[in-house]
Amino acid sequence: MGTGALARPAAATLRVEEAEMSTTIAELAATYSAGRSGKDVRSDQKATFTPRTSGGIEIELASRVASYYGDSIRAQAVEVLKQMGVVDAHLKIEDEGALPFVISARIEAAVRRAWGGKGKRVLPERTAKQPSSQRDRLRRSRLYLPGAEPKYFVSAALHGPDAIILDLEDSVHPSEKDASRILVRNALRCVDFGSCERMVRINQLPLGLADLEEVIPEHPDLILLPKTETAEQVVEVARKIAEVKRLNAMSGPIWLMPILESALGIENAFAIAKADESVVALTIGLEDYTADLGVVKTLEGSESLYARTRLVNAAKAAGIQAIDSVFGDVGDMAGLRAWGERSRAMGFEGMGCIHPGQIAVIHDAYAPTQPEIDKALKIVAAYEDAQQKGLGVVSLGSKMIDPPVVNRALKLVARARAMNLVKE
Amino acid sequence: MPTATAPKVELARNAAGKQVPVEVNGHQQTPYLGVGQYEPTGRKAAPLIRSNKNYPENGDKRVPDLETALRLCGLRDGMTISNHHHLRDGDVIALQSLQAAAKMGVHDLMWFPSASFPSQKPVIDLMEAGVVHHIEGSMNGPLGDYCSQGKMRGYGVLRSHGGRWQAIQDGEVHVDIAIIAAPTADPFGNATGSLGKSACGSLGFALADSMYADRVIVVTDNLVPFPCIPWQIQGNNVDYVVEVPSIGDPSKIVSGTTQITRSPDRLLIAKYVAEFLRVTGIMRDGFSFQAGAGGIALAFVDYLRAMMKEAGVKARFVRGGSTKYLVELLNEGLTDYILDGQTFDLDGVRSLATNPRHVASSPFTSYNYHGKGNFASMIDAVVLGATEVDVNFNGNVVTHSDGRLLHGIGGWQNCLFSGCTILAIPSFRDRIPVIVDEVTTITGPGELIDVVVTERGIAINPLRQDLIDATKGSKLPIRPIQDVQKEVFALCGGPPQKPSVTDRPVAVVKWVDGTVLDTVWQLA
Repeated sequence: MGTGALARPAAATLRVEEAEMSTTIAELAATYSAGRSGKDVRSDQKATFTPRTSGGIEIELASRVASYYGDSIRAQAVEVLKQMGVVDAHLKIEDEGALPFVISARIEAAVRRAWGGKGKRVLPERTAKQPSSQRDRLRRSRLYLPGAEPKYFVSAALHGPDAIILDLEDSVHPSEKDASRILVRNALRCVDFGSCERMVRINQLPLGLADLEEVIPEHPDLILLPKTETAEQVVEVARKIAEVKRLNAMSGPIWLMPILESALGIENAFAIAKADESVVALTIGLEDYTADLGVVKTLEGSESLYARTRLVNAAKAAGIQAIDSVFGDVGDMAGLRAWGERSRAMGFEGMGCIHPGQIAVIHDAYAPTQPEIDKALKIVAAYEDAQQKGLGVVSLGSKMIDPPVVNRALKLVARARAMNLVKE
Repeated sequence: MPTATAPKVELARNAAGKQVPVEVNGHQQTPYLGVGQYEPTGRKAAPLIRSNKNYPENGDKRVPDLETALRLCGLRDGMTISNHHHLRDGDVIALQSLQAAAKMGVHDLMWFPSASFPSQKPVIDLMEAGVVHHIEGSMNGPLGDYCSQGKMRGYGVLRSHGGRWQAIQDGEVHVDIAIIAAPTADPFGNATGSLGKSACGSLGFALADSMYADRVIVVTDNLVPFPCIPWQIQGNNVDYVVEVPSIGDPSKIVSGTTQITRSPDRLLIAKYVAEFLRVTGIMRDGFSFQAGAGGIALAFVDYLRAMMKEAGVKARFVRGGSTKYLVELLNEGLTDYILDGQTFDLDGVRSLATNPRHVASSPFTSYNYHGKGNFASMIDAVVLGATEVDVNFNGNVVTHSDGRLLHGIGGWQNCLFSGCTILAIPSFRDRIPVIVDEVTTITGPGELIDVVVTERGIAINPLRQDLIDATKGSKLPIRPIQDVQKEVFALCGGPPQKPSVTDRPVAVVKWVDGTVLDTVWQLA
């Protein structure tokens, strides 16, 4: 692309800054930026790309870690530009200690903005493990990570959530969707999320389809579908995922978790749950749901009781998990615990969290209590004893135990084992 | 620039393997010999003998202003002037003292603060003007940069709080005139930090100067009739008392309330530290610990408090920097005493003034290494920070990884002698790894640093097999320090560039016994 042809951005969402007259070429040069800088910004950078027709590549660097990583940042910037085929350009980097996968993403995003969204992907070396996740694994907590805020990525797993969600939807400003997509893609390649299930919340269709093209090749474990209202939407996403997987010769499942956030979505809950075999859970977004109903969201949540029980029922009918919404007040741990305990009693198996401090409380709230575990263990032992003796009837002391009670006890013990709550 | 013409400095290699100057600011030095290897000899320093006949019988030592007091003290070229940092960044008296000296036309003073703060940046102008020759004391911000760039005429000398007491007591530094800013004082010179509009808590940092300086001036903005009770500074050591409208900006003297960190990663570190004390059994009935006012340390106290309540144990004493969080421990009966070196927030100040179990301590009782023991070594556990720690557990608190002077040693070195010394630090800051191959400037020897707690894991010094054993079977993420380092290097894109420094010393780091532990070099 050394021709100097300045492709105008195609999408209206791309940020264009008026540029001054270039001193080296006598034509109007436009600049294209991605990422953030400033005193309050951490672990990010603003890359500003100015294409030109001659003069080679010039890097202008201001970094709070210049005396530690200045050489490294320059070398990486040159390499990214080279891989993208840039021959002549001025690149200004205002760096706030961004890690290498962020630097690469920001420069790539700036160049792609200059080229109307096109341009070669620069894929940093894949260093993150790619564990595959089980259909029915524990999903008590999923920690939301705003897709435009790289500073939270690298430590997220340390706080021990069952899953992390790299969010491309509501936490990302419309003008930042393209850059965040690239950042999230790089995070999936480079950040070690430990034993967390790696989820991505894409945007509503059709924008979400572009998200899928960027992130599916990095094999996230699960895709969250926001504002799902019909089974067809799930089918369309599943079809797109299958297509990207085929193009990239990928195998192994990528699960789906539709988020129901409207009255219509709740009405179609069962159909959505059954829309594709990769759907492993249904969850609910209460802010949007209550807005759709035109009611106020309350702490005890009676206004959404119907929707939540309906969702649980639909999920169970479809043989998948029911997962609750988020609890918005990060300072109110007692409120969170109460919400979680009620939620568990309703049949939910987990909920979202927006702050790492919520994780331990949520895990506690969704854990079966010790008396429950003890009782279930006794029932399971009686059941196994009966099985061994070839008895059709399970009895505990003088009581006969019904099959559904045995069933529930088996499920509870399995879940308690997964949470390390059973002393073997 | 002095660089080109400066004579080659004579250096010696010390027991830490560091090249250190053998002479500093005209005084011969002993290179660091190892922990506990240096044996002091001789007698302590002493001030001149004075007579009551030269002081007013009615005890009224007031003079109209600071300049008069300095003149009466015989201020002249080349003297050593000391100030103290109990008013922290709110202090105005230190700067006024030096500016008064400038007005009097005095030159080549050695300024000997217990610590310097950013608001004292104008001292640079006084160094440029020749009023101040050099500073022996912590330097950060603009003063640190000035020294790092080699612009100061003498060497900076960085000492711990205990080391400052040791240097005065052992006669390594002779203070000619000490100027003590006092939130409350009487005309005789008795002074306290607990009362008054500029109340700051303990005045411990000024105690040595009051005892050993030739002349002592007390400056106060809250003069009370004799007696000023309690007297943290004894008027019998004081020559003159100056009354001024204000000794400082109260909003910068103590914070309204100290803040627990909100960073999830730092909270995790704090939780690990508390959990570590519980798992190892260090947290037991009658134990003791010290934690400062940093965000992680405060959060640690909060977590530990919950664990102490749950386990039904209480501490015999805790050591501050006191804050609201320590005061709450005291008020809830979770500790019998707070022994307070400095007071960081209003709750601490109020508690020190009113609760007899909240006691002001001094660098003598807490930190001095040339004494018959001190409190710091009796503490069961201490939680500290650091800029860097290396794979041999050596710590650095005085320089950035790029070689620039960052901050003073404070009580950090002295605290290393506790039963269990824990560095609670994030594994990287702004992409800069904290665990390095070799610290830029060694401030504390690795043999005294027992545990490094980061958000990515807890590294126990292999010398502490007892602690390693005590954590076996726990859920704590115990990892070799090299392991954590490797992970962070991978995250940050490899180790950082080496600092670019010259072979010209600009400052030295003293060990607690007065020997020279390391050198800070002029930046290239």
